Order: sequence, then structure tokens, then C-alpha cells
Amino acid sequence: MAWTSKVLRVDLTKGTCKSEPLNMEWAQQYLGQRGLATKYFISEVDPKVDPLSPENKLIMVTGPLTGTMASTGGRYSVVTKGALTGAIACSNSGGYFGAELKFAGWDMIIFEGKSPKPVYLSIENDKVELKDAAGLWGKTVWQTEEIIKKSHQDPQLRVSSIGRAGENGVMYAGIINDLHRAAGRSGVGTVMGSKNLKAVAVRGTLGVGNIKDPRAFMVATMAAKKVLADNAVTGQGLPAYGTQVLMNVINEMGALPTRNHRDVSFEDGRKISAEAMAEKRPTDGKSHLVTNAACFGCTIACGRISKIDETHFSVVNKPEYWGASGGLEYEAAWALGAANGVGDLEALQYANLLCNEDGMDPISFGATVGAAMELYDLGILTKEQIGMEAPFGSAKALCELAEMTVKGEGFGKELGLGSARLCEKYGRPDLSMSVKKQEFPAYDSRGIQGMGLTYATSNRGACHLRSYTVASEVLGIPFKTDPLVTEGKAGLVKAFQDATSVFDSAGVCVFTTFAWSLADLQPQLDAACEGDWTMEKLAEVGERIYNMERLFNNAAGFTAKDDDLPPRLKTEPAKTGPAKGLVNGIDLMRPEYYQLRGWDEQGVPSQETLSRLGL
Amino acid sequence: MLKSLHIDANKCTGCLQCEMACSYENYGVFNIAKSRIKIFNFEHEGRKVPYTCTQCAEAWCLMACPVDAIRLDAATGAKVINEATCVGCKVCTIACPFGTVNYVADTGKVQKCDLCGGDPACATACPTGAITYVDADWTGLDKMRAWAGKTDNATRASA
Repeated sequence: MAWTSKVLRVDLTKGTCKSEPLNMEWAQQYLGQRGLATKYFISEVDPKVDPLSPENKLIMVTGPLTGTMASTGGRYSVVTKGALTGAIACSNSGGYFGAELKFAGWDMIIFEGKSPKPVYLSIENDKVELKDAAGLWGKTVWQTEEIIKKSHQDPQLRVSSIGRAGENGVMYAGIINDLHRAAGRSGVGTVMGSKNLKAVAVRGTLGVGNIKDPRAFMVATMAAKKVLADNAVTGQGLPAYGTQVLMNVINEMGALPTRNHRDVSFEDGRKISAEAMAEKRPTDGKSHLVTNAACFGCTIACGRISKIDETHFSVVNKPEYWGASGGLEYEAAWALGAANGVGDLEALQYANLLCNEDGMDPISFGATVGAAMELYDLGILTKEQIGMEAPFGSAKALCELAEMTVKGEGFGKELGLGSARLCEKYGRPDLSMSVKKQEFPAYDSRGIQGMGLTYATSNRGACHLRSYTVASEVLGIPFKTDPLVTEGKAGLVKAFQDATSVFDSAGVCVFTTFAWSLADLQPQLDAACEGDWTMEKLAEVGERIYNMERLFNNAAGFTAKDDDLPPRLKTEPAKTGPAKGLVNGIDLMRPEYYQLRGWDEQGVPSQETLSRLGL
Repeated sequence: MLKSLHIDANKCTGCLQCEMACSYENYGVFNIAKSRIKIFNFEHEGRKVPYTCTQCAEAWCLMACPVDAIRLDAATGAKVINEATCVGCKVCTIACPFGTVNYVADTGKVQKCDLCGGDPACATACPTGAITYVDADWTGLDKMRAWAGKTDNATRASA
């Protein structure tokens, strides 16, 4: 039936690990992963809890298709109350860790309390143990993985851990598995660090063997893989260029936020694009990009594996960074690059490597540097305060600030606050390009209007992965809409949000949705999972999950006022390109969106909506 | 015609669909720990390499087995473990120069690739063509074709 039906509850305060049966009634209502873990979370945690207190919990969770032959079926998520946002957080990661956790026989791990000293959790199927992590504290993610594998004498272990960013309280610290796959956003790593939990090491040899109808499942997954292979985006664009395929496209349509959203196109965009990654460097005659890579079970393989230029100033005499490693993906290339006006590809990769090595969200970090550079440009922050000259475009500043932030040194400590807290501190909260304190990703909502509503109403703060209307507004998937208008976007955002909630709860990657609709996922879920998983049921599950998350945020103190964009996007028109003269029309879209959702003007779900969804 | 597994490591993305297909074919479960083909990820070089039994013509595992539990499948050329006979002594795991015969604690027997009786599930599952099942006498054909394509006779062809 695809779930292992087992939950591992780890009380870090007491140091105990207990197995309990999965609530199968909830599994039918919330499917798995994002939906199911969030249901557990809101049932057990006070919405008002301080995210960094022992009373907050952190859940690592797989989906019913995790660890199966469904394409991309290797995902896991981390659900908690986000350190950065104070909202419900759910960060999703690929790599191999999620499948290994499932193979060990666990649907999810619920961490509660706070360990009196640093520990890591060791899982070998049923054998579960909290182990001393004194020797791991202060180590990077990469060192942690190596030390654990060595001490267990098991190179087949899969490790998920925090680096120094999570230990040092960087508010957007992530949790990294398999060296460079990240549950990156909202500060889930910060929460993990606050619990003195350094890592989870898993070896699973039980596998997934309880598919409801194996024959139907194999037929359904084969058909769905063919859909991915035959699609231009998932079959050709992503494997060849990765997500970076977007850099030139978005730049040319005037929707690439540049220099903290002052501009909407970046004159050096081409230098940090997928095309640039594939070109031979003059220094060593090699291309930046080495190969593409897949996560567990993925037949798309969008991942980038690159080698940095050994002669670049950032890594001279640092051979530990010369090997092949993850990056650059589009979001990181944008946040570390265009958002700061930095057009030095190698510098971006160095900063990106630091983010992977020490567990830090490159989007929030890059965007926070962008905000700091604007404060510097305005004379609000000085060279003395930052410890260096930090003008827009300074690759040197970017690299040094990344080092300082992971280590929690000097001005890095302040960058670790995130842009909202940083700009607030220096009296210019309007300069933080964020929603619910989480920084925007790489799409300017003046040039792609639907993304403004996506950001404003995302339950985990500004995020592209909650309703990627770029698919429709730019790529024409599943149908083309005009990116420059607000009409029809409320319905589009709601539809994307609900469908994405299902994909995020199934154990598969949201990138499949470039090719798959719910109709492609449904037969796979129905063949794998106990129960009758119709299209209608899945649509309802998606809407239920979105409303459940909203209820948590409302109870945590968020209101309609928090479903808004920074003034810059509402009052400073785009200066160039197709969107020239436009601001985002969030105030036009929001009321219609609330209405479609069945929420009142304050963004509160009506009784009727709640009872319709069984909430 | 005898066929053999042919591996082009340059095409491997590390998705492990082959490992799941192998365990599903042989044990009815998605479990890479039970796979007879393994993907090795040389992280710092950016290389992934699928590796499994090459079905040696002179198979040391077969010759080393004291109870004749490994036999040649004449139809496929595979060296196949007979689980009923295998006593789990592991001598074959020592004899194999490549490490592709391994002990399975759950069953107390050894396991190795048996080419799925002539329709290897790993090759079917591989999404990139890194693992194919081809004429055993012509595993070099693709490489030959690639080099042949570089032969400079373009002037003649266009004349």
C-alpha cells in the first residue's frame, strides 16, 4: 500500500526513540509527505510557538511513491515552523536520502524537544539510536557525511545534516543531504540546529514491497516516464541545460530581478547562464559544467555537476573546492548573481559551494546580500560596518560575505538574519524583497504578474514552488497566459497551488509537472496506495492541504496584510523590457483569489469552505 | 545469437532505476540493497558508473564452487546460481575478481546477475541507454560507428 505505516518519534529532550503506527485515516485525507506531515505537525504544535524553542517540532517525511520506480520517486520533506518566517515550513529535497529512509521502513520521523548536547540519529532499519555528535559539531555538511560513513564503516549510508550555518543560527539555514541536495528554504536547518540535532544517518535494506497493485503500478509508471521523455522540457531542456535553461529566457522578457529588484534585466545575464556554463573557459580550456545528474529514481536528470575554475581568486590554494560538485541551478545563479549585480560565474559557484558545504539557502542568502548592497549604495551601511567595500557587482564582496555568514563572523552575523530583519534593523524595511520574511526567488512579478500573487499567498513565504505560474505565463504549460496581465491569474494560482500540494505530498518532484498533470500522477498513486484515489479525491486533497496550512498561519498570527508585496513592486514600475511601466497588480488579484478560495476579505477560510474540505 | 549487457557509463545519470528494476524482478520489491547491479558515484569527478557481472567465459565463481551450485545457462551465457544447491560458503565471492557475486544474509545464499533469463530488467528500465542488451560479439559496435563517423571521406560522399 506504499506507506510503511510506521512513524518514528524521537524525543530529543529525553533521548528516546519510539515506533508508532501511522494514522491511516489521515493518510487517506492528506496522502503523505507535505500534506500528512503538516497534519501531524498542526495537530501537535501550538501555532504561536517560538520556532527556535524546544516546543517546536521538526518532521522528516517521505511520500507514498518515495522509494518506488515512479519517476522522481525519491523525495522527502522537512516540515516545521520556519525560523525565517514563523509560518508553516515545508522544504523538499531530492538526492537519495528520502528513499533510504523509506527503505529503512519509516514514513516519517518526528523530532520533538531539544537535546541537552549535540547528537545525531542513526537508523539501520529498526535499529534506531541517538548518538553523540560532539565530534561533529562545528563541522561542515561535507565533513559530517564523511566522518559518519567512516565511523560506521558503511559507505552506503545516506546522511542528511546541518552545517555551520544551522549551528550558528543563520535564519535561512537548510538541511543538506547527499552533499548537495537541499531542504533549503525557510530556515528548517536553523530549527534543526536549535534542537542540537546535527545529522540523520540512514541505511535501509527493507525496501518498498507493499504496492497495492504491482502490475498496474509498473504499467502506470512506465507510461508516465514516457510522457516525461517525450516532453521538450523534461525530455530535452532540463537534462541538457538544467533549470539554468531559464536564465536568458527570463532575462530577455524583462523579469529577471536585478540589484535588489531595482532593475528587471541583467546586462551580464548571459555570463551566468546555462550557455556560459557549457562554454570552454579561456583559463583552462574546460567548461564549467561537467555533467548532469539525477536524484533517486529520476528520469529527467536536471541536476548540474560542475568544476570551478581552479585559478579563480575565490579558490586559489583551496583544493577542497576543485572537485566536481553540485551547481549552479537557476535560482542560486540568480540570487547570488543578478540579485547582486555579480556577473562572475565562478564567484557564484564558489558562494554556491559554501551554501552546500555549510547548509545555507542560496536564494535567501543571495537576496540578503542584494539588500545589504543597496543599503551600502544608499550610504546607510558603511564600509566600516560591513568590513569591506560592498557595491553592487562586487564578486569579491559576495565571496567574502558568504564565508563570513556561514561562520557567523563580523557582518556575516547580520546577513544571517535575512533581508527582512536586516533592513528593519537599519530603518528601511521597504528594501527587503520578501513576503513573510522569506526572500523572493528569480522571477520579477512586474513582468510575470501571476508570480506576485503566488509569492503573496504562498503559505511558506515568498516561493516559486508553491504555484509555478511561470509554466503557464512563460512556457505555455498547460496553456499560455499573458504574463503582463492580472486577469485570470487568481484562478491560475489557486489551481497551481492545489495541484502542487498533491505532487509535494506524493513523493515525486514538482518538476514532473512540466509534463505531467494530475491525470498522469493519479494512476500511479491509485495503483500504489490503498483506497480509491480518483482525480476528484486528489483535487480535494490538494485544496484541503492548502487550507490546512493557511489555518495554521492564521492561528500563528498572519493576516491579509501579510499577503502583500514590498512597496517597490507595487509603486516602482519596471524600467525596461516588455513590462516597462508596469507594477504588480497584487491588490487587483488578491480579492478575487480570496473569493475563489472561499475565504473572507481577511483571508480567513469560511465555515462553509472548512466543512466542505472536512477541516 | 548470444547477447550481453553493455554499459556506457557516460550516459549514466545515477537515477538507480536499474537497481530498483533488478530487485523488483528478482524479489518483487523495490530495494536497491538487493540489486545485483550497482551504480557507483565518483562524486568529486562527476562520474557515475554502473557495474555488474560480465558473465566471464571462463567463470572463476563457477569453477570455485565446491557444490556445483553455479551453472551455465546455455541459452543466455549467464552463470546462474542454483539457490537450492548453494550452501552459502562464499568461496565464489572470493574467487570473483570483480566483486560481482555477493552474499545475501537474508537467504544464506549468494546472488549474482543472471541476465533475467534473457530479458534483463535493468536494461529495460534504464532511461538513458547507459545499460543495453546487445549482440555479445559486437559490444564495440557503437564505439566503432562513432570512430567510423570521423573518417574523413566527406569529399567523396558529396561528389
